[in-house]
Amino acid sequence: MNTVEKETVLEMKDLSISFKTSAGEVKAIRGVDFTLYKGDTVAIVGESGSGKSVTVKAIMGILSGNETVNSGSIHFTYHRGDEVVHEDLLKLSRNEMRKRINGKRIAMVFQDPMTSLNPTMSIGAQVMEGMIYHHKKSKAEARKRAIELLDLVGIPEPEKRMKNYPHQLSGGMRQRVVIAIALSCDPEVLICDEPTTALDVTIQAKILELIKEIQKKMNISVIYITHDLGVVAKVADYVAVMYAGKFIEKGTTEEIFFDPRHPYTWGLLSAIPSLEKTEGALYAIPGSPPNLLHQVVGDPFAPRNLYALNIDYRIEPPMFKISDTHFASTWLLHEDAPKVEMPKQLKERIEGMRKEMKMHGK
Amino acid sequence: MNNQDILFKPGDFELVREDQNDFVDEAYAKESYWRDILSRFVKNKGAVIGLFFIFLIILMAVVGPGMNEHTYDSQIIQHQNLAPRIRAIESLNIGIFDGSEKMSTSTGVVEVNKYVNPEKETGLENTYYWFGTDVLGRDIFTRTWTGTRISLYIALVAVLVDMLFGMSYGLISGYFGGKVDMAMQRFSEVLNGIPTLVLVTLLIIVMKPGLFTITLALALTGWIGMSRVARAQVLKLKEQEFILASKTLGAKDFFIIFKEILPNIFGQLIIMSMFSVPNAIFTEAFLAFVGLGVPAPNASLGSLISDAFKSFTTHPYMIVFPVIVLGIIMLSFNLLADGLRDAFDPKMKER
Amino acid sequence: MENRKPLLEVRNLKQHFKVSRKFSVKAVDGVSFEIYPGETYGLVGESGSGKSTIGRSIIRLYDPTGGSILFKEADISGKMDKKTEKNLRMKMQMIFQDPMASLNPRKKVLDLIALGLDIHHPKMDPEERKKKVYDILDLVGLSHEHASRYPHQFSGGQRQRIGIARALVMNPDLIIADEAISALDVSIQAQVVNLMKEIQEKTNIAYLFIAHDLSMVRYISDRIGVLHFGHLVETGTTEEIFENPIHPYTKSLLSAIPHPNPVTERERKSMTYDYASSGIDYSKGVLQNVGGTHQVLATEEELQRWTAKG
Repeated sequence: MNTVEKETVLEMKDLSISFKTSAGEVKAIRGVDFTLYKGDTVAIVGESGSGKSVTVKAIMGILSGNETVNSGSIHFTYHRGDEVVHEDLLKLSRNEMRKRINGKRIAMVFQDPMTSLNPTMSIGAQVMEGMIYHHKKSKAEARKRAIELLDLVGIPEPEKRMKNYPHQLSGGMRQRVVIAIALSCDPEVLICDEPTTALDVTIQAKILELIKEIQKKMNISVIYITHDLGVVAKVADYVAVMYAGKFIEKGTTEEIFFDPRHPYTWGLLSAIPSLEKTEGALYAIPGSPPNLLHQVVGDPFAPRNLYALNIDYRIEPPMFKISDTHFASTWLLHEDAPKVEMPKQLKERIEGMRKEMKMHGK
Repeated sequence: MNNQDILFKPGDFELVREDQNDFVDEAYAKESYWRDILSRFVKNKGAVIGLFFIFLIILMAVVGPGMNEHTYDSQIIQHQNLAPRIRAIESLNIGIFDGSEKMSTSTGVVEVNKYVNPEKETGLENTYYWFGTDVLGRDIFTRTWTGTRISLYIALVAVLVDMLFGMSYGLISGYFGGKVDMAMQRFSEVLNGIPTLVLVTLLIIVMKPGLFTITLALALTGWIGMSRVARAQVLKLKEQEFILASKTLGAKDFFIIFKEILPNIFGQLIIMSMFSVPNAIFTEAFLAFVGLGVPAPNASLGSLISDAFKSFTTHPYMIVFPVIVLGIIMLSFNLLADGLRDAFDPKMKER
Repeated sequence: MENRKPLLEVRNLKQHFKVSRKFSVKAVDGVSFEIYPGETYGLVGESGSGKSTIGRSIIRLYDPTGGSILFKEADISGKMDKKTEKNLRMKMQMIFQDPMASLNPRKKVLDLIALGLDIHHPKMDPEERKKKVYDILDLVGLSHEHASRYPHQFSGGQRQRIGIARALVMNPDLIIADEAISALDVSIQAQVVNLMKEIQEKTNIAYLFIAHDLSMVRYISDRIGVLHFGHLVETGTTEEIFENPIHPYTKSLLSAIPHPNPVTERERKSMTYDYASSGIDYSKGVLQNVGGTHQVLATEEELQRWTAKG
């Protein structure tokens, strides 16, 4: 992100989504902005209830019936032949989304490979389906490309596998097939919603490495939704941390891991047990995520924030700029705020990481 | 960041907490389970209407037979086949409920009024039969409500027995599984294969026909549905972790069945019962219609309909009122049960 | 290693499930290990490794197909007499994975936690019962007023604490935590793990910590056992396993743990290990001692090969 002017692929501005439940209205997303550049990987990190899945559902236009977009825009830039098209995805109807965008230009990989695949269709048919529908390929062409894709995602003996059904494959294999389907129409953007959470840790690593490889080869921009900071460290260029429906810190992966500024981010990083020292309690963020049924006054993180200021209970903090790429929304960054440092444990761990890198000549 | 829009107060930028104090977690949501169900139920107009009519009918079944001076079994042959006549509506002069009825004779349609005849004294000028009388001169109004009493009684007793026995059967069968389950299910399947009519007829032959026999017959055939529902629910819950937790704490099987599982399926059982009531009433009516109902002079809605059927073409008013009451009961219970089902288990409209 | 008597001794445990007349699933196929009082033993494995099955076999939710389990020197793997069974049900407890399904939705928290008391001491005075529950609530960081609420009114992490409270009320010697934190958010996991450690310090309770997240297991365990396809392929203290893994499966598992260091993590490639093509047959291996308490499942020849490479 330095000298070369990166092309903007997706630009989300001020998105607000709420949904109706029998108990009232829940403001799930409360004003979210972010930008995805070509070839980048952005990770949206948050715990359950933070709203990260709803955000990407809005991009794909697959919000449920009782979820409504209150405000905001999602501008998608893509190439159709020679021309550059620039549209607001929120303004498109469901039909238009399905015809032009879903699967074709923006593809999604979901969390559970068991339920993402149609159990009554063969693998081959499922991979070919998108190509035939979106690109009007002939069956023969689609078949050839499907075999190539299965090979690309690392499935051994792809021609044989074309006839297999999902239940004949293991979880890791199934997820690879899902990725193959996602890639089948050469999308510009790939959204992965916790793609490895349901998989074993040894398979997880392989799937992440696979997505990285493909991304480099095909120059796709990727959005990852995850709660696992290990995944983030491995794949992301840019990280956005979400809490209670808003981004509370955004930055490059280095900035977030080596110079986090928001107390919630400190909490997330500290909650991962270090692979070195095992003494002392883990720094744990107390309490639980807020119930978004209730109107938020001030900073929703304040009740769990050990470094909360009085103003956090009155006014929600705006985004403070730390660098061109690093932003955090906490009153601690205000010039009048007391100088608060990250917890000692975390500080030491980051020091340790820096030392480790020096040793490896980085 | 618009500093000018925000008014800072003194002390704004001071830390709220000095150090890591012991955080005590606050509880999360505040709705109670039953209140939730009640509010969903109340929102369902059909269910509320159903409930209202059920109360109305029960009320009438209680006070109805005593409302006028006639009793359900007094036969006055001179008063046979009288049309409905209600004083209040008669005075409105709209042509109904004034004791007159249209009869088709071989010479054409004729309007007859047995109560008031301008040509001669009938002796019935001051007699009022609100729903008319039947072929033996009995007051249909009183008989209708007495019949309702009996029909409701039969239905409720039968459903109660079904619930207690059927529920226990299903719970035990489902919980223990294996050979026990297999044996119990095969038995109930065989029993289910015997047609209700055959069973009832056999019973009536063996025992005296009467209220008890009918109730017994209905109970014997209705419990299977309940047991299936209970069993299905148990199977769903059996492997849940809270059941395993009870086991690891040393709970015995019957403790688990009745203290852990039952409270969780109670709602479903209530719903099933509500659906069974109209079934039971209808079955009883059907049996009465076929001639296997409560013996005279007792009346149930079914036997009333059966008796009145013979005079359907000549005096249609005799059949109308029991039919309406029967219809309302069945519709109301169905609406109520439907409403309960939706209240207990809201479909995933919210996903 | 002092000569303490193990609290739990598992010898050659086998748990097979009959799927059809000819075919059984061998979920656990000959696993042996011990747990000493007051320590945490981490049982690690991926899906299909049999780790949950071991936990449930030990606590007798299943009847073991073979092998023996000694709890406080009494055999709990076969038919138990009343005394042994009662002891088992009071002194060994379990915490489950799913915070939603592990609590009876129709019971108040007070009754949920007091379940053990209700079963084993049914005539207890209600005031005393309440007090015991309140004491436990204090121990797990919930307030007394929570006792009159229902499970659906709590968050996942809070429900897990209630589950822990329920397990603690009988003063057990051993708690089996069956993936107890896997379904929780990362920050809540840390809370619960801290709580478990605190309780261990206060009461000297032992844990059998079943999980697939190696970093958490490393943090909380004194000793670790690595499971693969129903076999214990390697066991030892945490240091022994992490500093000197010998079995190729253990090595691949360790290499797959993500490090929260973006700069190094990006370059790192994980190791592959495929049992089917590795040429190893677990049933032929024997637990070999490689120093201290460190043991590996291997044949003589395999052990030579793996330790020679260093």
